Amino acid sequence: MDKFLTFTIVGLTIAAIYAVIASGLVLTYTTTGIFNFAHGAAGMLFAFTYWQLRFDWGWPAPVALFVVLFILAPLFGVLLEAVIMRGLEGTTETVKLVVSISLLLFMIGLAQLIWKPGISRPMDNFYAQNPPINLGPTTITIHQAITIGIAIAVAITLRLVLTRLRIGIAMRAAVDDRPLSMLNGARPNRVSMLAWAMGTSLAALGGILIAPGIALDAPSLSLLIVSAYAAAIFGRLRSLPLTFLGAIVVGCAEGYLSGYLPQNQYLSGLRLAIPAIILFIVLLVLPNPRLRGRMTRSREFFPTPTIQGALYFAAAVVVIGVICATTMTDPDLITYGKVFSIGIVALSLVPLVGYSGQISLCQLSFAGIGAIVVAHLGHGGDPLAIVWAVLIAAAVGALVALPALRLSGIYLALGTAAFAVTLDRWVFTLPRLTVFGLFDVNLFESGSVSVDPLKFLGTTFDDPGSQMIMTAVAFALVSLLVIAIRRGRLGRRLLAMKDSEAACATLGLNLLGTKLTVFALSAGIAGLGGALYATQLTSITPNNFDLVSSLQIFALTVVGGIGAVGGALIGAASLLVLLPLIATLLPSIARWVVLFPGGAGIALGRNPNGAVHDIREGFAPLITSRKMMAAMTIGLAAVYALRLADVITNWPFVLISLAVIVAVTIVANLTQPRVVEAAAGVSEAELADVPLEWRGIDRAWTEADRDELDRRVGMSEAELHGVA
Amino acid sequence: MNVLELRGIHAAYDRIDVLFGVDLEVPESSVVALLGPNGAGKSTALRVAAGLHAPSSGDVLVAGRRVNGVRPEELARRGLCLIPEGRGIFPNLTVRENLRMMSYTGTSEAVIDERAFLRFPRLKERFTQTAGTLSGGEQQMLAMARGLATDPALLILDELSMGLAPIIVEELYEIVAQVAREGVSILVVEQFASTVLGVADFAAIIVHGRIARAGRPAELRDDLSKAYLGA
Ligand SMILES: Nc1ncnc2c1ncn2[C@@H]1O[C@H](COP(=O)(O)OP(=O)(O)O)[C@@H](O)[C@H]1O
Ligand SMILES: [Mg+2]
Repeated sequence: MDKFLTFTIVGLTIAAIYAVIASGLVLTYTTTGIFNFAHGAAGMLFAFTYWQLRFDWGWPAPVALFVVLFILAPLFGVLLEAVIMRGLEGTTETVKLVVSISLLLFMIGLAQLIWKPGISRPMDNFYAQNPPINLGPTTITIHQAITIGIAIAVAITLRLVLTRLRIGIAMRAAVDDRPLSMLNGARPNRVSMLAWAMGTSLAALGGILIAPGIALDAPSLSLLIVSAYAAAIFGRLRSLPLTFLGAIVVGCAEGYLSGYLPQNQYLSGLRLAIPAIILFIVLLVLPNPRLRGRMTRSREFFPTPTIQGALYFAAAVVVIGVICATTMTDPDLITYGKVFSIGIVALSLVPLVGYSGQISLCQLSFAGIGAIVVAHLGHGGDPLAIVWAVLIAAAVGALVALPALRLSGIYLALGTAAFAVTLDRWVFTLPRLTVFGLFDVNLFESGSVSVDPLKFLGTTFDDPGSQMIMTAVAFALVSLLVIAIRRGRLGRRLLAMKDSEAACATLGLNLLGTKLTVFALSAGIAGLGGALYATQLTSITPNNFDLVSSLQIFALTVVGGIGAVGGALIGAASLLVLLPLIATLLPSIARWVVLFPGGAGIALGRNPNGAVHDIREGFAPLITSRKMMAAMTIGLAAVYALRLADVITNWPFVLISLAVIVAVTIVANLTQPRVVEAAAGVSEAELADVPLEWRGIDRAWTEADRDELDRRVGMSEAELHGVA
Repeated sequence: MNVLELRGIHAAYDRIDVLFGVDLEVPESSVVALLGPNGAGKSTALRVAAGLHAPSSGDVLVAGRRVNGVRPEELARRGLCLIPEGRGIFPNLTVRENLRMMSYTGTSEAVIDERAFLRFPRLKERFTQTAGTLSGGEQQMLAMARGLATDPALLILDELSMGLAPIIVEELYEIVAQVAREGVSILVVEQFASTVLGVADFAAIIVHGRIARAGRPAELRDDLSKAYLGA
């Protein structure tokens, strides 16, 4: 009984912290419609700041608290709102999510930049030196009492602000109907700013309260707050009272589980994964957020890829792979060689997120499964192991999809993130275990497991050069597959599902089957990527497949353009080529490179179509002109020959090749004006090919289309220009 | 002087144009009806007038001053009040809180409540009820009460009748007529013209994003059916 009370107090203390953090999350979500994935990271950042002021510089606690909670955190929140969040109105949920995920990555990078990781930074509890208060059968420390007291104070204050103050009412009004609140004369920007200021302050408060209990470590602190998300989900991200209730449920569950679970090697990882598992369960058990019938209009526009463009792209990928493999040194190949295998993981996002709008943050976990499969089945380089990797990853993908079918949007994102955390923290770290006395499973052999190089077509792919070519070919083939899907029946179904699930359901489209298919397909592709990646790494650890890396790939692929295969390549290349390249070429800014993935994602708010869209428009005249393509091919071949003959070295080779590409592209752009400004990338034949009712959807809408439409619906000139 | 004037307004959603040079005037102390079939661009014109949607070209003038680019909350504070399509209320706030939101325009809460109850006594009984649980008619009354409580210079009504029983619509339009008699200028949009033509001083018919006809209501009755049938 005493033990029970003790665990209850532990649980309530955790609950109090979650409640504080979750209420901040709910506040910003409801007033601005942005689910801030970086909310926990903000708490992390200010926990570090507080540590700096209080413990490193020795400021008195009240002063440090005041500065962090009432000056720095609110200012930071206002800045976030004004600089980043305000620009997100009218973008899709995916874009919003990526921006806040990028913010999370950025903040982790920033914290690691300022506070070097790996150094212990102890943080004392409040009044740690005072003895605990005696409550009869058990005791409560002053820190625990203060934490619970703070949560109650936060609850009361929020209630008063939201129902008594006019600005609080305006906050709730903005939730109901933002344009209408403007019509009432309320200044919505001010309302959002206040919400972000308060939200960030609450995150900071939660971070400062939670940090003494666990190590001050940027990634784990940012993600540990996943359980606060579970509390917020209890309140459906809307209701504050339910959020507090949710916090109590989650906090106490954590308290009891960590108190009563037997101590053994199988469950030590489970303890770390508890919050994620609770989140997953809460997501599934709570009433289904109904299908939304309202179509969300967005600024996104992904044109259908052409067969010709797809073949050019695939060929270019293989050529680049061959050129790199034959010109680069082995150390360079090892550094940059993973671009295509990780690129395949990024490709797996294209059908899932780009086409069908299902957000998944656990693609790298599927890749991890593929990697484990080749590690264990691919002895001696058996290529059949790759097939198994794809199949098993696809099967797991379908399994994840089953519960995920009920979820969409941020709920799905959170659910898949929880799945990734569970694998990361628990499943991948499990020691050897025997399932039903039949299978002997030892996933990562409690550390790292070695992978044999692949062997097929009479070749052993054991050097970085041949691996580069092999992965480039695989990437090209998977690209073609993904494009074929986009052009086929499944692609149309996926796009339709993305636009409106409700409409698809009423049209009799089998949502269940479609979602399962795309999840399994995407997981299979990710599994393939992971398997090839593993053979390149030769030895894999769970760290190769963690959630933070998954988030980086996700963010950069969306930046590249998640609706197109080129976007996946850009995403992978910026992570695996650009970053190491910057770090070697400009050692002075190497430290800052950690900020890049986050920064790039944050910039996405400005261009939701991703970089690939602009790039394709630029290259369109080149690709549609045979002569220009021939000229470029000959030019590049000549430069390549010079390099192979060792007339030039690598750097001149790269520079001259780039110069050739840029020059030909410019010439093509000058000599061949685009068919129709807005419809670049589409050939003349195809322009006429698109049925009238699909124009403006399958490709950009033009003036000519309007005239044709007017003509076809039989409107006379007189009617067009008014009756009078 | 005109309380509101739209001059050559073009407006588009993304790449799709919906208004093609709309001209419209609302003279002081008059009721102007904007009529037209579904999708003609009526709501869009009103949204442009209220600052909720930026026109791609053309000018919006309020009391003779060009107000392009002025934020909607500023226009609201200057006495332009739009009651949007659907229910112009905050369903999760109470009636009291709904009315309180209007105090941003500078009118004190006490005055707002007093004016609201004077016209719509029924709201007084529902003061602490959540607005989303009111009946459709009551919700529309609340929307109008909120609009009128600040004594606006121009009231813009978008399809008051949507989803309401005819008898309630009649009741609402009686109030509109009364407000008009008190000298408030009103711009009203309706799909069903007969109710509103009785109240209006001027009317304009909009078809496919263009003003097809404008004039006194009596002159327009014949053109109306033509406009609606698109013939
Ligand atoms: N948010 C929007 N995005 C894109 N198109 C819109 C939007 N709102 C309205 N439209 C289109 O603009 C046209 C005019 O709409 P609207 O002004 O609402 O017409 P009305 O109020 O006269 O029925 C319609 O063709 C409609 O489809
Ligand atoms: Mg309308």
